Amino acid sequence: MFHRLILIVLTATVLAGCGINNIPTYDEQVNSTWAQVENQYQRRSDLIPNLVNTVKGFAAQEQETLTAVVEARAKATSIQMDSELLNNPEALEKYEQAQGSLGRALGRLLMVTENYPDLKSNANFLALQSQLEGTENRIAVARRDFIQAVQAYNTEIRTFPGKIWHSLLYSDMEKRETFKATTENAEQAPTVNF
Amino acid sequence: MKWTFSKLIWLALLLPLTLVASASAAPNFPELTGHVVDRASLLPRDVETRLETVLKKHEDMSSNQVVVVTIHSLEGRTIEEYGYQLGRHWGIGQADKDNGVLLIIAKNDRKMRIEVGYGLEGSLTDAIASNIIQAVIRPEFKKGRFSQGIQKGVESILLAIAGTYKSKSVSNHDGIKEWFHYLILVVIGIFFISGFFGSNHSGGGRGGRGGSGYISTGGFGGFGGGGGFSGGGGGFGGGGASGGW
Repeated sequence: MFHRLILIVLTATVLAGCGINNIPTYDEQVNSTWAQVENQYQRRSDLIPNLVNTVKGFAAQEQETLTAVVEARAKATSIQMDSELLNNPEALEKYEQAQGSLGRALGRLLMVTENYPDLKSNANFLALQSQLEGTENRIAVARRDFIQAVQAYNTEIRTFPGKIWHSLLYSDMEKRETFKATTENAEQAPTVNF
Repeated sequence: MKWTFSKLIWLALLLPLTLVASASAAPNFPELTGHVVDRASLLPRDVETRLETVLKKHEDMSSNQVVVVTIHSLEGRTIEEYGYQLGRHWGIGQADKDNGVLLIIAKNDRKMRIEVGYGLEGSLTDAIASNIIQAVIRPEFKKGRFSQGIQKGVESILLAIAGTYKSKSVSNHDGIKEWFHYLILVVIGIFFISGFFGSNHSGGGRGGRGGSGYISTGGFGGFGGGGGFSGGGGGFGGGGASGGW
């Protein structure tokens, strides 16, 4: 009995050294990088009301563009964000689309602001603009980290040592979904009209 | 799942054989040789030494790691990508505080970036970082004065971390700005001439530019060629701002 116990302890140590913990570790990384993605999208969403109000003060005639941003934001924030989203490919895709159209609406808004020199030299607007740019960059970084974490996890459960642990111990943990493409039509080259 | 003893033994025997260390090809990042990594040779030797001293002193006092990097080329990457990846690669900032900052200048791409670690995003916000780039560094760089721009930039970054940086206004009208600049120079020149009139003639009208307002470094002791400096393992998540010139 005692020998058996020692053997079990020894085996456990050896096993821990050869990757028995990898799958849960990678899984946690997927979750934490996803939290960062949500976090940064939330940050962007929080910046928008202020931005819209500032732009309104200088370019009220751009009502259409402003409304598009406000509506896209409302749509994006209406999607419940929780860990369930990760396990539901359809919901993930919907979330992606909503955030994507918000990003495009914001892009259009920033583009029309180019026509308003007073707005472009307004300190408040410049600060908001740089915050928004910073947030877009953080979103890009968070997304890349998330995609990498999902890749590492999926590779682990489908390649050799991990595959065995997966079938032995973690068969309830499925392959994870990640973002499909960065934007709609990302695979097409943009057309430029003069 | 039936856990037979022999199954376990088999696994224990088999698995170590398959553990092949995968050597990941490291991207082409410069080596971290000190607080100032001047690969594009934009800084004169004495300026580099002084910046190194200032930044080392700042780290000793606050544990913040502020690093200046100049490179020739981004090799096709965007400066945003390059910035956070270099920060993570070097591990700038302390691991528990993520308090690292990188001032990156890519000479041939004419791009610069202030990359801010998680821990300093609160004081060195994107808006402040952007203001430092647009209002402090860019005007100097546009005139080709890299050394001045970098020194003022570092000074502003340290002020921002301390919470005492005042945002400066950015003018979009370059022509008017140029004109204003000359006017200011002339005014400064007149002040200097009138100030020094009668006492002694030291330098011309532009004499006031150089060292004024630069953080004084106290003694120069203890500089050991940047040896012994290494990143503390800080994290980066894409905070900061970028700009061109």
